[in-house]
Amino acid sequence: MEKITEQKWQLSKDWFKAIKLPWEFFLILITALVFTLCSFASPYFLDVWNLSDATFNFVEKAIVALPLAMLIICRDIDLSIASIIALSSVAMGFAAQYGLGLELIVIIGISVGVLCGLFNGWVVTHFDIPAIVVTIGTMSLFRGISYILLGDQVLKDYPDGFEYFGQGYIYWVFSFEFALFLLAAVFFYALLHKTNFGRRCYAIGNNPTAAFYSGINVKRHRLLLFVIVGALAGVAAVLLTSRLGSTRPTIALGWELSIITMVVLGGVNIMGGAGSIPGVFIAVFLMGIVTFGLGLLNVPGIVMSIIIGGMLISVIATPVLIKKFSHRGS
Amino acid sequence: MKKLFTSREALLCLLILAMLLSVGSVAKDFLSLSNLLSAYNDTSILIILALGQMLVIITRCIDLSVAANLALTGMVVAMLNSSYPDFPVPLLMLFGMLLGLTMGMINGLLVWKLEIPAIVVTLGTMSIYRGIIFLLSEGAWVNVHEMSEAFMHIPRSLHLGVALLSWLSIMVVGIFYYFCRYSRSGREIYAAGNSPTAAFYTGIDVGRSQFIAFSISGLLAGLCGYLWVSRYAVAYVDVAAGFELQVISACVIGGISIMGGRGTVTGCVLGAVFIGVINNSLPVIGVSPFWQMAISGAVIVLAVIASSKAEKKSGRIILKSAAIVPSR
Repeated sequence: MEKITEQKWQLSKDWFKAIKLPWEFFLILITALVFTLCSFASPYFLDVWNLSDATFNFVEKAIVALPLAMLIICRDIDLSIASIIALSSVAMGFAAQYGLGLELIVIIGISVGVLCGLFNGWVVTHFDIPAIVVTIGTMSLFRGISYILLGDQVLKDYPDGFEYFGQGYIYWVFSFEFALFLLAAVFFYALLHKTNFGRRCYAIGNNPTAAFYSGINVKRHRLLLFVIVGALAGVAAVLLTSRLGSTRPTIALGWELSIITMVVLGGVNIMGGAGSIPGVFIAVFLMGIVTFGLGLLNVPGIVMSIIIGGMLISVIATPVLIKKFSHRGS
Repeated sequence: MKKLFTSREALLCLLILAMLLSVGSVAKDFLSLSNLLSAYNDTSILIILALGQMLVIITRCIDLSVAANLALTGMVVAMLNSSYPDFPVPLLMLFGMLLGLTMGMINGLLVWKLEIPAIVVTLGTMSIYRGIIFLLSEGAWVNVHEMSEAFMHIPRSLHLGVALLSWLSIMVVGIFYYFCRYSRSGREIYAAGNSPTAAFYTGIDVGRSQFIAFSISGLLAGLCGYLWVSRYAVAYVDVAAGFELQVISACVIGGISIMGGRGTVTGCVLGAVFIGVINNSLPVIGVSPFWQMAISGAVIVLAVIASSKAEKKSGRIILKSAAIVPSR
C-alpha cells in the first residue's frame, strides 16, 4: 500500500511537471489569491505594521517547520516538537529564576532542545523503532516532565533584555523573529538543496536500503536531523518565551499538528522522499495570511481551523482528483 | 509454554497485577470490588476507542480524528437532547453512532479513493470536525440541567451490579474478538496491513479494508460521544481534546505494531487498562496528577523499546538494514 500510494503521489506531482507547473507555483497562486481577497475584504490588511504584527503568530512555528520538512523527507517525523518547546521554556524559566545571565538562559534553552532531539534520534535509530511511535511517547514524556517541574505555577522572572528576542525590531518593521526566520530559511534552503547532506535526505527518503548500500550512514544522518529539529525547537522556545514573557507547562500546546500542517501544505510528501524548502516557505505565509486575514474579519480561531484543515485536504486532493478525471477523459 | 510467559499480553497482565497489588498495599480500599469496578468503568471509553484505533493501525493507517469525532457527536446528541427531551435515548445513541460512522467513512473514503496518507487526512478532518462543533454550538456549553434524566441515567444504570457503560465496553470487546479472529473482513484487515502487496495478489482490496477500519473507528467514536457527554454531564467545544493521543498510546502499549499487521484484541484492552490503572492509582498513592503524563510517556517509550527487541528475535532479518525500510 505504501508503495502504491507513493507511486500515485509521484504521478500527481508529475502531472504538474508535465504542464510546467511546480507545486510551489500552485502555492504562490493560492497565496496571491488569498492576499488579494484579504486586502479587498479588510481596509486594515494592507498596513505594514499590521502585517508585521501578523508575522509574530507564525514565525516561531515556521522556524521549526523548516528542519521538520527535512526530517519528513527522510521518512521520519517528530510529534514531540511542541513538548520540546515546553520543556526548554521551563528550563529557561528556572535558569532565569536562578539568576543566570541572558546568554546562559538562551544557551540552556537551546541545549535542552538539542538533548531532547538527541534522545528522540537515539531511541529511533538505535532500536529501529518507527519515529512516529517514539515521538508520540516522548511528546507525553517531555511535556509531562514540564508538568512535574512546574505543576500549576508560572515562571516569569526573566531578566531585562530577554524580551528583545520575541518583541524587538532590528530595523523599522522588521522584527528580530522575522529576520531570524528569513536567515533560517536561507540556511535550510542551502542545506537541503545545495549540499551533499541535503541530497542524502532525498536518497534516504526515497529508498533507505539503497541509500545504505550507496555508502550513506543512514542512522547517523537521521540522528543528526532529529538533533537539528530539537535545536530549532529550542530556538523557537527562546522566541516564544521571550514574546510571552512567561512560562506555563501548557505553552505551545497542540503546535505539533499546525507545524506538520505547514510542512505538508508546503508539498512535502509525508511518506518521504519529496519536498522543498521554498514550498514550505510559501505555505508558512499562506497559513499566516489566511489566519491574519480571517482574524481581521472577526472569524474566531476555531473556525479558522476548519479552513486550514479543509485547505490541507483539498490542496492535496486536488491534483489527485484532476488526474483521475483527466484519465477518464482520455 | 515459554511463549505464554514472554508474550506482551502476559507481561502486561503481570505488570497491571503488580501495580494493583502495590497500590492496594498502600490503600486497602483500592482493591475493593466496587472501586475496581468503578476504575474499569472509568476506562471503558478508552477501551472502546482503542479497539477502533487498533483496526486502523493494523491497516498501516492512523486515525487522529477520533477525539474530534467523539466531541462532535457528543455535542450534537447533547443539543438534540436539550431541545427534544422526549426523544428516546436509545434512538439518540443510534443516531450518534450513525453520525460517527459517517465521519469515519469520510476519512476512509479520502484514504481509499484519493489515496491521501491517513495521517494527512485525519489531521485535516480533526480540525474540521472540531471546528464544526463551534459552528453548531456557537461556543456555548450544554450543561447538566439541560440534559434529560434518561440521557444522564442510562450509562450509569446498574445491571447485575455493573454499570451499563462497562457492559457496553465488554460487549464491544466480545464483538471485536470474534470480528478479528473469525470474520472475513477482520482477517482481510490483518492481511492488508501485514503485507499490502501479498494481500493485493490474493484479491483483497487493501483500500476497502482501510475504509472498513476507519468506518468502525468512526462508529465507535460516535458511540463514545454520547457515553462521554453523559458520563461527564457536559458538552463543549474542547471535550476530549488531545484524547486521540491517549487512545494511540493505549494501542502502542498494548503491542499493536504501528507498521501494521500485528496486534491482538487482548493486548489492546490490556494497554487501555494499564493507562486506566495509572490514572486511577496515582491520586490514591498521593502522587500529584502532574506525574501522569510523564509516566505514560515513559511507559510508551519503554514499551516500544521492549517490543522492538521481541520483534527482532522472532523475525529472521536477512539484510540488517531492511529493518529501517518502512518507517511509517
